[in-house]
Amino acid sequence: MNEYTLPIIFGVTVGTIARAIMLRTDYRQYPTYLHGKVIHLALGFIAAGLGAVAIPAIMEKEFTAVTFLTIAASQFREVRNMERNTLTELDSYELVPRGNTYIEGIAIAFESRNYLVIFTSFLTTFAYLLAGWSIAIVVTIICYAVSRKLMSGSTLKDIVDISLSEVHFDGAGLYVDNIYIMNIGLPERQEEIGRFGMGFVLTPKNFDVRSTIANLGQRQAILHDVSVSLGVFRDSGTPALVPLIKRDLDDGRIGVFILPQNQDPKKAAEIIGAVPVLENAIRMPSESKVSKRNRGEEK
Amino acid sequence: MTIDKAILAVITTNEQKVDGGAPIFYCETKDEMNKVAANLEAILDGISHALSDELYIIVKH
Repeated sequence: MNEYTLPIIFGVTVGTIARAIMLRTDYRQYPTYLHGKVIHLALGFIAAGLGAVAIPAIMEKEFTAVTFLTIAASQFREVRNMERNTLTELDSYELVPRGNTYIEGIAIAFESRNYLVIFTSFLTTFAYLLAGWSIAIVVTIICYAVSRKLMSGSTLKDIVDISLSEVHFDGAGLYVDNIYIMNIGLPERQEEIGRFGMGFVLTPKNFDVRSTIANLGQRQAILHDVSVSLGVFRDSGTPALVPLIKRDLDDGRIGVFILPQNQDPKKAAEIIGAVPVLENAIRMPSESKVSKRNRGEEK
Repeated sequence: MTIDKAILAVITTNEQKVDGGAPIFYCETKDEMNKVAANLEAILDGISHALSDELYIIVKH
């Protein structure tokens, strides 16, 4: 035991707990089993260790020890690769795949949460050494709150208006509102779709959102989340029964056609509203220099 | 180059309308055409699209 033992133990514990809090199993169902969780808790423990020893190393004038953090960075980039590879492999066996954009978003989240753990351990150990355990606990609470805040992004209900819309056929053409979805030839399939199909129209709230919801990855994410939450009337060998989203080219609205097993329109609308806006789908054309100039904000 | 969409079969009740490379299934009635198309859809794992009342195609997407 020396003067650093308690602060380091404190930092490591706090960091590992932070990782455990950020490791949520929800409708995304990953990771679910203990093995998957153990991997991330172990990596979280390593991250916490690295964050906790940084300050004592500097205090002992061991400046080269800080270069260990660069090893940590490459280690956690590897976590991102691992998650990406696993999820991409599994995606081809999903009835409604997640899509690469969604997977990339999840992989980024896994990587960044390890960095949050490093920061948490770093700051709490620092606080402990500087001002004692009581201040360290306050810093811990602040860190947890900040981590929670950073974990959550915006959801679709913030950027679009969701309205239920009728699914109908014009000849063989399947429509949601006036948006053409696909051509269904067999009367048998048309009947099934009439029975199980449900349509929603998402109207963008502003111009930026148009490009975001036009993103094919974002659309696939909507279909995946809805299919996971409400079930999907589909099997291998019935390719005609496929949930799809198409776009109205005139005004940027998108028509969502889904085949939920749980026929509850209100719940479906809520689930669509709760779909995360994927970071990689966000576009901000209104922030470009040209449009700012046109608005007269910048010369 | 990969071709990801292909016409796997053509089903029709009007022989005059079709010719060419994909396998053509000629049917007597609309009912028969629907049955053949439903079977082919399941077998070929493609979607049957109606081009007109007397002409279906099975497309692999």
